[in-house]
Amino acid sequence: MIESHELTKYYDDFLAVSNVTLNVPSGTVLALLGPNGAGKTTTVRMLTSILSPSSGWARVAGYDVVQHPEKVRASVGVLTEQHGLYERMKAVEYLDFFGRVYHLDAETRKKRSLDLMERFGLTFALKKTLGEYSKGMKQKLALVRAMLHDPPVLLLDEPTSAMDPQSAKLVRDAIIELQRDQRTFLITTHNLAEAEALAQKIAIIRHGRIIAQGTFPELARRFVGDPLMELRIKGDLNGLAKDIGDMVSVQESGGDWLRYRVADPDATNPALIRRIMGLGIDVVTIAPVSQTLEEIYLQVVKEDENQVGTNEHLR
Amino acid sequence: MNTSVKPLDMSANTSETTTHGAVAAAPRTTIRQTLSNALIITRREVRDSFRDWRIIGPILILTFLFPSLAQFVAAQFADFVQGYGADIIGERTIPFLLMIVGFFPISISMVIALETFVGEKERRSLEPLLSTPLSNTELYIGKMLSSMIPPLVSSYGGMTVYLISLLSGELAWRPPAMLIVQIILLTTVQALVMVTGAVVVSSQTTSTRAANLLASFIIIPMTLVIQGESAIMFLAPDAESPSGISSLWAIIFGMCIVTVLLLRVGNAIFNREELLGRTIDKLDLKNAFVKIGRAMRAVDIQGTPARSVIEWYSKGMRLSLGRISSSLRLTVVFFAVVLVAGFLIGTSPQWQLNLPRDLSLRDTALNLDQNINLFFGDHAVMGIFWNNARILIGATLLSIFTFGIAALLLTPLVYLVLGYIAAQLLIAGYSPLILLATLFPHGLIEIPVIVLATAAAVKLGAVITKPGQGVTVGQAWTVALGDTLKILFGLVLPGLLIAAVLEAYLTPIVVRMVLGG
Repeated sequence: MIESHELTKYYDDFLAVSNVTLNVPSGTVLALLGPNGAGKTTTVRMLTSILSPSSGWARVAGYDVVQHPEKVRASVGVLTEQHGLYERMKAVEYLDFFGRVYHLDAETRKKRSLDLMERFGLTFALKKTLGEYSKGMKQKLALVRAMLHDPPVLLLDEPTSAMDPQSAKLVRDAIIELQRDQRTFLITTHNLAEAEALAQKIAIIRHGRIIAQGTFPELARRFVGDPLMELRIKGDLNGLAKDIGDMVSVQESGGDWLRYRVADPDATNPALIRRIMGLGIDVVTIAPVSQTLEEIYLQVVKEDENQVGTNEHLR
Repeated sequence: MNTSVKPLDMSANTSETTTHGAVAAAPRTTIRQTLSNALIITRREVRDSFRDWRIIGPILILTFLFPSLAQFVAAQFADFVQGYGADIIGERTIPFLLMIVGFFPISISMVIALETFVGEKERRSLEPLLSTPLSNTELYIGKMLSSMIPPLVSSYGGMTVYLISLLSGELAWRPPAMLIVQIILLTTVQALVMVTGAVVVSSQTTSTRAANLLASFIIIPMTLVIQGESAIMFLAPDAESPSGISSLWAIIFGMCIVTVLLLRVGNAIFNREELLGRTIDKLDLKNAFVKIGRAMRAVDIQGTPARSVIEWYSKGMRLSLGRISSSLRLTVVFFAVVLVAGFLIGTSPQWQLNLPRDLSLRDTALNLDQNINLFFGDHAVMGIFWNNARILIGATLLSIFTFGIAALLLTPLVYLVLGYIAAQLLIAGYSPLILLATLFPHGLIEIPVIVLATAAAVKLGAVITKPGQGVTVGQAWTVALGDTLKILFGLVLPGLLIAAVLEAYLTPIVVRMVLGG
């Protein structure tokens, strides 16, 4: 698991990360979202014990990042933004080298390398030099390297950014499979659909601060309001919006449909249907309107921009 | 491409596993473990180097072809100078060429080191390595060895080829065994200096281009050293000595010290924080001056600026003096040792001046003012002040480039002389009061001030070899410079001025009293 409390990092006078508090239990995927330069990489580097925090603390896989940096690094698999492969080496040599660094015995090094290469469809390229690899293949190999020592925590920076859709799905499937096996993931990505599909928790970082954090429904409720439902009836609305206005908040309507927000759909919708039916109107469908992470993200960033603007104005 | 899905099997064994099989970092308390981990890096990098024809090509040529060529040239040259009866020139050329045969391959070590350290940083392949459990020291040693092993193997190989062709050739002259040992040692320490220097250079850049430019700071001094060594080999009177050439031993010793210092700097600089903290090579003088100014005004470790001169002196100066306390202790001990050494030298018969015992000190007392004016003109106070200040400022500036050694060598020289003079006066039977009178009225202020300035300069130079936990070299150096300037302007220069006034006006009176003038 990953825990951090008010993690802060200064580069000389520049505040790169400010008071980042995270809690990612085992078997959870956290998507850390934010614009370029927001502090994602610095946060990941502190959680990997590559950079030491200026203040605050963090524990990864049960180890304090300052007290036990080597144990932390031994317990995490890291996919860095730049894959940084050794272009003159063959894949098999490359993985063997990292296996040695992680003190895997010869048999384990070989077995894990072959298994993971096969898992990511790279068996055919085992003996190719890495300079011959395509961008997507390099990214997959970097992922194999991150998983080679079977770490309980994986910190992945843009894990599928350079991949074709098929390869990206392979990686997503692998993440889901490992997450079910109680691995903890921290993924930084600009692919919001992917974050939505993979992550149980989402944190949005901007100017080094976590400006929003929680599960998708929590964030949706907080930043874009109660769940949005769409009701379709047989025939015209004929003032139905007014009739149900005391139960739900109607947002928009058309000839035979309307959209409303409701705090607790499970409790409200059955009563709502009963009232509509009581008015002699037939209900055709009632369904949630999906809210995307993109909407939430944009709303969060917009609110933060307004907040920062207000603060600066007051100053 | 095969994209069939196979479930992940993560159940295989590791040397030490956690719940998920992740490797718990093995305890790294022993040197053997550190070396073993370092060698994983070394093996990979050496193998990588040997795959690069731009490295392996020159190494092969310099190992096998160049030594034979050098031997041929040596034989031709020896024949030529023999015709003019100058056999000695030919003989002295042979060890010189042996040194050159050894040096050329090790010059590649710096190229490999720059490539290994800054090249990897530039290609962004360093971060995956930094994410592993290997410690900074293991990475550093591993990379150091990988930079040194191929060129040194080539260097030793080349020297062996040269010596074999020498022994199997027609030349009758055989180099003394100790000279060969010295050349091998010189080659090794030179490789060490170049590689450790390359690490320091690499740390200041993010591109191999910039690193190559900065490498001149290593190449040029090293070339001068080689020229000096060549001259010594030709001219040394003990060139045929079975114990080797003494000057070369001194150079080897000096290079060892430089290596140790550069190793310490390299080890301090080669850490994750430094490597990933620096992203662009930008000179930001304004920012640098602001930080130094802040460090100068600071009254606590958070850098809070002093609100008044009194606070600056009472809190800020105490803070800075506390930070140089270890250098201060070292300086005091060093000054005392130098003073005693000067005295002991003065007492040894071969160094004694044998001063006349019946000098009229009364005449000296009467001419005292005239003698002071002879040195400093009409402006004795400023003359004395500037004389002391420039030595201390010069020593401080030199310290920056010599890890603090210059301050420890230059400023105590005067105490060596004082110790020596004290010995001469006592041996000649003069009262020790004479010496005390000439020193102490102003020395009570001047000596502590000089000690302080020296300690600050030592700290300023040495801080880059040990910046402290969680602090980058740049941050540590900025603070040290702030402390140095604070001590310089707050204590040293005012102290020197007061001491100069005392030396110009009070000391002559006291001396006159003691001498009876």
